[in-house]
Amino acid sequence: MIDAASMGGDLPVVPPKDNYINRAYSIKSWLLTKDHKRIAILYLITITFFFFLGGAFAVMIRLELLTPASDLVQPETYNKFFTMHGVVMIFLFLIPSVPATLGNFLVPLMIGAKDLAFPKINLLSWYILVIGGIFILYAVVAGGVDTGWTFYTPYSSTYSNTYVMAAAIGVFITGFSSILTGLNFIVTIHTMRAPGMTWYRLPLFIWSHYATSLIMVLGTPVVAVTILLVGLERVFRVGIFDPAIGGDPILFQHLFWFYSHPAVYIMLLPGMGVISELITAFSRKNMFGYKFVAYASLGIAIYGFLVWGHHMFTSGQSIYGSLVFSFLTYFVAIPSAIKVFNWTATLYRGSISYDTPMLYALGFIGFFLIGGTTGLFLAAIGLDIHVHDTYFVVAHFHYIMVGGTVMAYLGGLHYWWPKLTGRMYPEGWARLSALIIFVGFNLTFFPQFVVGYMGMPRRYAAYPDDPVWQMLNVLSTAGASILGAGYLLPMVYLPWSMRYGKYAPSNPWGATGLEWQTTSPPPTENFEETPVVTWEPYEYRPREEKVVVNKILPTD
Amino acid sequence: MAEAVHTTMEHPASAHAALQHHFENMEQQREAGTLGMWIFLVTEIMFFGGMFMAYILYRSYNADAFAAASNRLNVTMGFINTIVLICSSLTMALAVYYSQVGKRKMIVVMLILTMMLGTTFLVVKAFEYYDKYEKSEIPGRLFPSRPFNWYAEEEHGKQVTQEPARDAATERNPQAVPTGQEQKPDASFASRAEMFFFIYFAMTGIHALHMVIGIGMLIVLTIMAWRDRFSPEYHSPVELGGLYWHFVDIVWIFLFPLLYLLGAHGISGGH
Repeated sequence: MIDAASMGGDLPVVPPKDNYINRAYSIKSWLLTKDHKRIAILYLITITFFFFLGGAFAVMIRLELLTPASDLVQPETYNKFFTMHGVVMIFLFLIPSVPATLGNFLVPLMIGAKDLAFPKINLLSWYILVIGGIFILYAVVAGGVDTGWTFYTPYSSTYSNTYVMAAAIGVFITGFSSILTGLNFIVTIHTMRAPGMTWYRLPLFIWSHYATSLIMVLGTPVVAVTILLVGLERVFRVGIFDPAIGGDPILFQHLFWFYSHPAVYIMLLPGMGVISELITAFSRKNMFGYKFVAYASLGIAIYGFLVWGHHMFTSGQSIYGSLVFSFLTYFVAIPSAIKVFNWTATLYRGSISYDTPMLYALGFIGFFLIGGTTGLFLAAIGLDIHVHDTYFVVAHFHYIMVGGTVMAYLGGLHYWWPKLTGRMYPEGWARLSALIIFVGFNLTFFPQFVVGYMGMPRRYAAYPDDPVWQMLNVLSTAGASILGAGYLLPMVYLPWSMRYGKYAPSNPWGATGLEWQTTSPPPTENFEETPVVTWEPYEYRPREEKVVVNKILPTD
Repeated sequence: MAEAVHTTMEHPASAHAALQHHFENMEQQREAGTLGMWIFLVTEIMFFGGMFMAYILYRSYNADAFAAASNRLNVTMGFINTIVLICSSLTMALAVYYSQVGKRKMIVVMLILTMMLGTTFLVVKAFEYYDKYEKSEIPGRLFPSRPFNWYAEEEHGKQVTQEPARDAATERNPQAVPTGQEQKPDASFASRAEMFFFIYFAMTGIHALHMVIGIGMLIVLTIMAWRDRFSPEYHSPVELGGLYWHFVDIVWIFLFPLLYLLGAHGISGGH
């Protein structure tokens, strides 16, 4: 439990003599490490690189759209920009973002284990991501891909003359990184919990990572084989999706979205886990409806597999199929709404403090609310036919992926930064950057809802010379500049804090998770002694007040 | 609920040599490994599932062409391979048994037998593939000198037996009936047969790749067994290898009837 020492209250803070960072310094000790914490840092560096690469393409897209005419780059080049923005951001940043960095670092710590179940496979998963990333980088450098991140056939399999093979191989390979991470998490959570860490004592971060891992394990192989079949089709010159031999390109869309819709939840669910941790820690309350939030994660993971057809309302799918998918899509809103309501109820009468992670968490809830409800607009078949393939869709999924996942990722990164590095980040700068990101994000993407509803299609380098449309696009580009500045700030002050920041105590936030009971940064073995858990999750209120009926309390 | 047992980080000297540092005991390690392998097999099912999905869809679209194309496969060779794989599953299961009772030599013998049977399968498969190459039945233009040609044998002037399934197909496809002119009849029928061969090569090719990986795994296991690394207390690598090997066998058990026996009822006139 939390005591004065672990809170770091009045005691002078000294860094632990022996921790996972200073155990060894050689490059080899990092590249061949089997320590989940070091692998998390490797992932962190890698995906930060890809985040800024994907961001650079976003900059080019927004610059082109400043003016109605296609005047900065050729339309063909523009097609490559948005494709590579999507491929890099989704497969190399968003999918690994929270699970591979924060999840890798925290899953063993939170359940009181010494490492993930398969440390070598964990390292392998990082190398696989890097190798897949190199293939995608090659596609980018050699001349780009122009199929869109969805690789729709028959364009991708037959007609595109760009570097589809390199990009497809890259996506295929990175998929295995995701599968192995998910597999590792599931086995670890099942078999390696500390004594007393029952399922209902797990932090919600763990529940959401468990649900995410289920999607990774069940969904990713399907997209892997789909991409493989597209690759074979390019090699054989005929294939499964080729209408010339009786193939059906719509089958590609079914198989692709069978993974790629649940993949949205791979991106989002771990973020939701982060938010559950932040909301409880900074409102000093236990989670309202813990079991509902836990099962909502599983619910989202399961329902997520039943809704892929809502990406295909206008692509020739049977209208009855569309009806069912539309109906099922509304169902996903239920577990999502449970989470939002329970976070809000947790805030109610809490002792809220507005530290940087909390700013991100509150931003997440607002963005997720907007992104989620506009998702319901898109699930309505009639309305979707009006707004499909417009900037309305673009704005919707950026509210979820950027407003949701990236906000949660940054919030979590700040919250656990003391644990990762043993140093505090500069609070003033961090709050400033959180606010800049909040403003910049809304300015970037809210106008896209409007211009999309007016009918501006996505994936075109040019748009009609209409003053209102241009005004909205200029607003969006201006917002993107602010957003970019907001993202660059943490790139400066977080590395700065690793050298000049204040030493962090074990538990700077006075939070309850097991990860805060070990030193900051933790030793390679995570804990001096295997912890024994005798308390419920999120016990922020004093223990004496709790009334437990008919329950045998542990005698400790 | 939890007893106040505080285990230390270092394993006691009495711990098994194969116990990895992050596990508490051998039982936990074994449980983690087994669960991990089962989850991996689930991902494999999903992986093959994508192709089975395509197979189901296209077979329902093109039952006639699929039956005719299936008749071009060598059922005898496919049957031999099925028997070979079932035997390899037996030897693999015996290897697991001997690892449980700790008979080092028998583990090695059984693993080598399994590998030999696996290699036999691949050799037979290679002959089948080469036969398809000779008959221009590899789909598309993978080999530019031999593009897919459903009528290759007829064009070479060889006497080929008329497949009953093909007759059945032309009956049901009025637009595919030969017109008596010099032009190639029922091109679409040939294309749809090409789809069967694409699926055949995709599925058996990926299955064969799994066999190759499996044999590589068996080599590692054999070396470990030779060095006497397994004992009744520690033999989970053999068990996990066995799970994988059985899975690859089971995939073939599905592939064999789905790919080779589609035309069988056609031959007996059962249409």
